[in-house]
Amino acid sequence: MPETSPPGSRPVITPSRVVVGLCLVAPFVAMLWVGSYAKVDPTLWGIPFFYWYQMLWVPVSAVLTWIAYVLVRREQRARKEGAVR
Amino acid sequence: MNDVNGVALGVFIFFFLAVTVMGFMAARWRAAENSQNLDEWGLGGRSFGTWITWFLLGGDLYTAYTFVAVPAAIYTAGAAGFFAVPYTILVYPLIFTFLPRLWSVSHKHGYVTTSDFVRGRFGSKGLSLAVAITGILATMPYIALQLVGIQAVLDVMGVGGGEDTNWFVKDLPLLIAFGVLAAYTYSSGLRAPALIAFVKDTLIYIVIAVAIIYIPIKLGGFDDIFAKAGDALSQTNDAGKPRGALAPGEASQWAYGTLAMGSALALFMYPHSITATLSSRSREVIRRNTTILPLYSLMLGLLALLGFMAIAAGVKTDNPQLAIPQLFEDMFPDWFTGVAFAAIGIGALVPAAIMSIAAANLFTRNIYKDFLKPDATPEQETKVSKLVSLLVKVGALIFVLSMDKTVAINFQLLGGIWILQTFPALVGGLFTRWFHRWALLAGWAVGMVYGTWKAYDTPSATQKHFGNTTDIPGIGEIGYIGLTAFVLNVVVTVVLTVALRALKAPDGVDETSPADYRADSAEPAAPAKRPAAAAGTTDTAGAASGH
Repeated sequence: MPETSPPGSRPVITPSRVVVGLCLVAPFVAMLWVGSYAKVDPTLWGIPFFYWYQMLWVPVSAVLTWIAYVLVRREQRARKEGAVR
Repeated sequence: MNDVNGVALGVFIFFFLAVTVMGFMAARWRAAENSQNLDEWGLGGRSFGTWITWFLLGGDLYTAYTFVAVPAAIYTAGAAGFFAVPYTILVYPLIFTFLPRLWSVSHKHGYVTTSDFVRGRFGSKGLSLAVAITGILATMPYIALQLVGIQAVLDVMGVGGGEDTNWFVKDLPLLIAFGVLAAYTYSSGLRAPALIAFVKDTLIYIVIAVAIIYIPIKLGGFDDIFAKAGDALSQTNDAGKPRGALAPGEASQWAYGTLAMGSALALFMYPHSITATLSSRSREVIRRNTTILPLYSLMLGLLALLGFMAIAAGVKTDNPQLAIPQLFEDMFPDWFTGVAFAAIGIGALVPAAIMSIAAANLFTRNIYKDFLKPDATPEQETKVSKLVSLLVKVGALIFVLSMDKTVAINFQLLGGIWILQTFPALVGGLFTRWFHRWALLAGWAVGMVYGTWKAYDTPSATQKHFGNTTDIPGIGEIGYIGLTAFVLNVVVTVVLTVALRALKAPDGVDETSPADYRADSAEPAAPAKRPAAAAGTTDTAGAASGH
């Protein structure tokens, strides 16, 4: 959920906030759609798809969260500078 | 029963002694001038940076019980036990959105527990008490399970004693381990587990790395492991149902998803997660941690695969909790078995310490100070918290020694359902003041009653009661009871809020302001709770190492 900005300053929905939202929602869609990965094939080094696919999502979601973190930080800095001016 | 494994036991004792020394020395580590303050004992002075927080949270969330129970679940039922991985994936995007807000408002107002926040936000001691009691109730069996983890290791090493030894000899090692834990938690507070977490996590990472390479080589590769495990899981029991599968079937997918989701929502409602979070230096530290904590989830996934290895290696045990320790004992040379067992044993001490501190803080702040002694000084608060941390541990010990292990496991399952019912008040409160305090209390009560009743009513794989998944009313799929209770809780809260607002029921006083939820560490903190000198040192430390 985006933080609400004080009225009259900046738009609440900005492109970077949309990207942040998507980055944070993507893992939920992927992981809760169990039917999309509940299968054994293809295997990877002998490990069934079900397991390596979910473990692959660990680094993927970490990268997505990191992107969200960078974007949020950048926006906060921009807002602080805006406030100083 | 096994014979005593001397080498493994020697290595185990070595590591145990090492962390004991560290635990007592921790009192002096990054110590503040004024140690008689609950912020110091109970939150490590709110001074921990990115890496310490990473180790502390990792050591706190991925407990010894997790390390034993997750592969044990795989060993018992196959794919269904793997939900721990999507669960820990979903946790981080979730806490990314709300924990920084909680950190800021707690920093601003000197809140130590979630109940402190709920009281301040909704001006309701009743609601705050409900959250505090739920937290304590959910934490107690969790501490007990850490003991179960230590017991499993001691059993496999052969020091748990046989059936015929008397109870005192049998439980003595556990009593010693817990006595030591209690003593250094009492003297060093949150600093002790923070320091010991370094050792615990390093050991765990080494053990997993070795296990995930060494054991498959010995067992002929993952192809063989999964072929054997697939065969074993498809064997049918007396009722004609297979033990499990390598991938969940159509019918169990909802259960898998709802368990992952419900557990993810619940994890950061637990007092010990919040205690570790609030001990960090800034909201940046928390956000940064959500991007590096998933390394533990990766480790958890690898660890879960050990369950399949235990099946493939032909580990036979009546108690699935012993499957992984037994696998280590069978596979590793003795000295490395000792390292692995030390990792599990120390892995139990860190969360047990943090959990007892968290439960003690809840009692002190939200029961003792709010209801028994409103004019308690910070020194008295710290004293009470220290004592309660001892009581909580003794309680957990009695729990484990006097009752069957399944009781602790059942209560932990209920604890997960219960703690999830505090979500609307806490996370809802972080984003909006719209919910009415009485509606939140009613929603909480409905969720608690429904969840407890349903869990009791549902048979699990091994017993008549305390299953965790059952029919979701109105959907016709099997789902996690905690999540259904949570949805019910939210519905009741929303409906009653609309009604109470229409009736203009008196609203509590909100002591927070919107800006508090975005406050950063550079801004002044609550003057009453944090003496200026202490706040100054923390912030300079923050600036010096802030990179």
